Amino acid sequence: MTTNPQKQSRLDPEPIARRDFLGLSALFATASTLLFALLGMLRLPKTAVLSSPAKKFPVVLPDSLAVGEAFIPTGRAVAIFRDDKGVHAVSTICTHLGCVVKNNPQGFECPCHGSRFSTDGTVTKGPAPQPLPWLKVTRSGDKWIVDEGATVAKGTKAT
Amino acid sequence: MSTNTPNQTNQTRSGLEKFWDNIRALPSRFRSAAFRTGVPNTDRSRSSFVFGNLFLHLHSVRTHLWSLKWTTTMGLGIATAAAFLITLVTGVLLMFYYKPYPDVAYLSMKDIHFVVPTGRFIRNIHRWAANIMVVTVILHMARAFYTASYRKPREFNWLMGIALLAITLAMSFTGYLLPWDQLAYWAITIGANIAQSPRELTDALGMTQYFDPGGLIRLLLLGSDNVGPEALIRFYLLHIMILPLMLGMLMGVHFWRIRKDGGLARPADAEARLGELPTTSYPVFTQAPAKTYQLAAIVRGRTPMVGRGPEATVPSMPHLFYAELAVLMFTVFLCVALALISDAPLKELANPAVPENPAKAPWYFLGLQELVSFSAFMGGIGVPTIVMTGLGLIPFLDREENGTGEWFGGTGGWPVVKRAIAIGLAAPIFIETIAIRFGWIREWFPQVPQIIITLINPATILTLTYALYSIYLVKRHNSTRAGALGLFTCFLCGFLVLTIIGTYLRGPNWVFYWSPAYWPKH
Repeated sequence: MTTNPQKQSRLDPEPIARRDFLGLSALFATASTLLFALLGMLRLPKTAVLSSPAKKFPVVLPDSLAVGEAFIPTGRAVAIFRDDKGVHAVSTICTHLGCVVKNNPQGFECPCHGSRFSTDGTVTKGPAPQPLPWLKVTRSGDKWIVDEGATVAKGTKAT
Repeated sequence: MSTNTPNQTNQTRSGLEKFWDNIRALPSRFRSAAFRTGVPNTDRSRSSFVFGNLFLHLHSVRTHLWSLKWTTTMGLGIATAAAFLITLVTGVLLMFYYKPYPDVAYLSMKDIHFVVPTGRFIRNIHRWAANIMVVTVILHMARAFYTASYRKPREFNWLMGIALLAITLAMSFTGYLLPWDQLAYWAITIGANIAQSPRELTDALGMTQYFDPGGLIRLLLLGSDNVGPEALIRFYLLHIMILPLMLGMLMGVHFWRIRKDGGLARPADAEARLGELPTTSYPVFTQAPAKTYQLAAIVRGRTPMVGRGPEATVPSMPHLFYAELAVLMFTVFLCVALALISDAPLKELANPAVPENPAKAPWYFLGLQELVSFSAFMGGIGVPTIVMTGLGLIPFLDREENGTGEWFGGTGGWPVVKRAIAIGLAAPIFIETIAIRFGWIREWFPQVPQIIITLINPATILTLTYALYSIYLVKRHNSTRAGALGLFTCFLCGFLVLTIIGTYLRGPNWVFYWSPAYWPKH
């Protein structure tokens, strides 16, 4: 790099002047501090404890519940079935955009975008990308404990 | 006493008399202190009227006659800003009674509707102004596009405009939840799950457990895993604080840039086209201006001021400001008239167990909802992102200069727009007909993997058709502007067709019906 000794000015194209270097470092430090502060601030709205009701709930199935008929506990988006092999629960939250699907003899139907599912949760029509998940059911005396937070493989039935 | 002026008798008057004189002079002294420039009736006082005022000085002192022509802007930008001001005022009024907590929110809406004096009227105005704002912001964008006003040096302001469009839509969407009725609850449930829909892609790629942007966005938006009190207070905060602040700030930048970019875009031969100039406003600057600017130094680009006098300009006060006031008053009139004719809807209280059927978003999102009914990710995030990116890139790809400031200006012009309207309307109608009549891939091959449907669905096919058509136009007319004209026209037409299908032709379970009259009763 050749520099003209007569024109020693800050505007001369030098590799990088000392002041510029310090200034750039200060700017970089400021920018990265603000960036990390912003990322740190995003920690606050990212909820750590969810206020939603407990995922696990007990349910007593009525004796009159027929095979193939769904039992839907009040306030829960779950359909519970009982047959001679045991009890299983299918989530009734559409895997497309979260609407609650309606049970009918053929299976489930979503009112929002027309997805349809067979009784075992398989998608038969519409935009749903995934089948309705089967939920974990365990027995506790004469009650069944359904856990909306835990899925099991299709076909798993509790006895 | 009253005939004496203070000057003549200053020596002889007592302190009490001087005090009395000062009291009598109070109104005129207050006026001259507040409005230092006096009555704006000369070029000089009209200029200082503008730059001596905090709120007006975003305008330039003189306005080009081309900008004042009705057909140049149709007042759409000002109408958008006016609608925003109306929502601001009515929104603050509604906050006196609104309580952002589930169920209580709904009750306070009932109060506003039935008990609060003028509550229903103010809410109606708020709702209509919000709708008008969405319409005018889209039309304003179309105006800026078709007059090729986005070109250099206005590229950045076009980007600002796109950001303002996005924030306007976000404002509407967040406002939609606040009534906490069935419509609100399910529209937000759907909206929040659209935000989560990148999962459709990450699930298909089997990487959701390592990288889940969809789940993170949804969690940040709702503050929980369902739409509840946390979601309501977050949407409220966004609606009344965060988004309006962002909107106000960007609006400031947007307006300021108009001036810094040399005023509104106009044809190079605008002066010749204006014809004979009105004699009443000329000659200009009969007095020496109190301030001079080196315009060439502070305004980028070629300005008409360089090397020429400001011949075709008139003082912004009163010409521009009266025009702006007229647009403001017309917008207010429209909102009030519509508010008197039609009430804002309020359905029954939100019920998380039973979705509204059909659950429809506000009308301007129904086009998206139609796309979402094929693939959540592509319709809700993929295609909108592609469209927004495409719109943002237009000024950086179209570097041509002919036709700036003219309606349908540039290579191709109105004939290209006409043909693009035909293609833009036909393509979505054709694809929708197939999807409605014969179903889509899942019905034909039930075992098909989700990734195929995510990639091949009416939304992506439509986008691809439009993109290929505009590339063809670029090739055929040897001009990027022709391609841009085709693409933008197709985008508007697609938006229109999909919105109409989503609004009028979709019924319960999102099934196709020719009219709501055929909807099954239940």
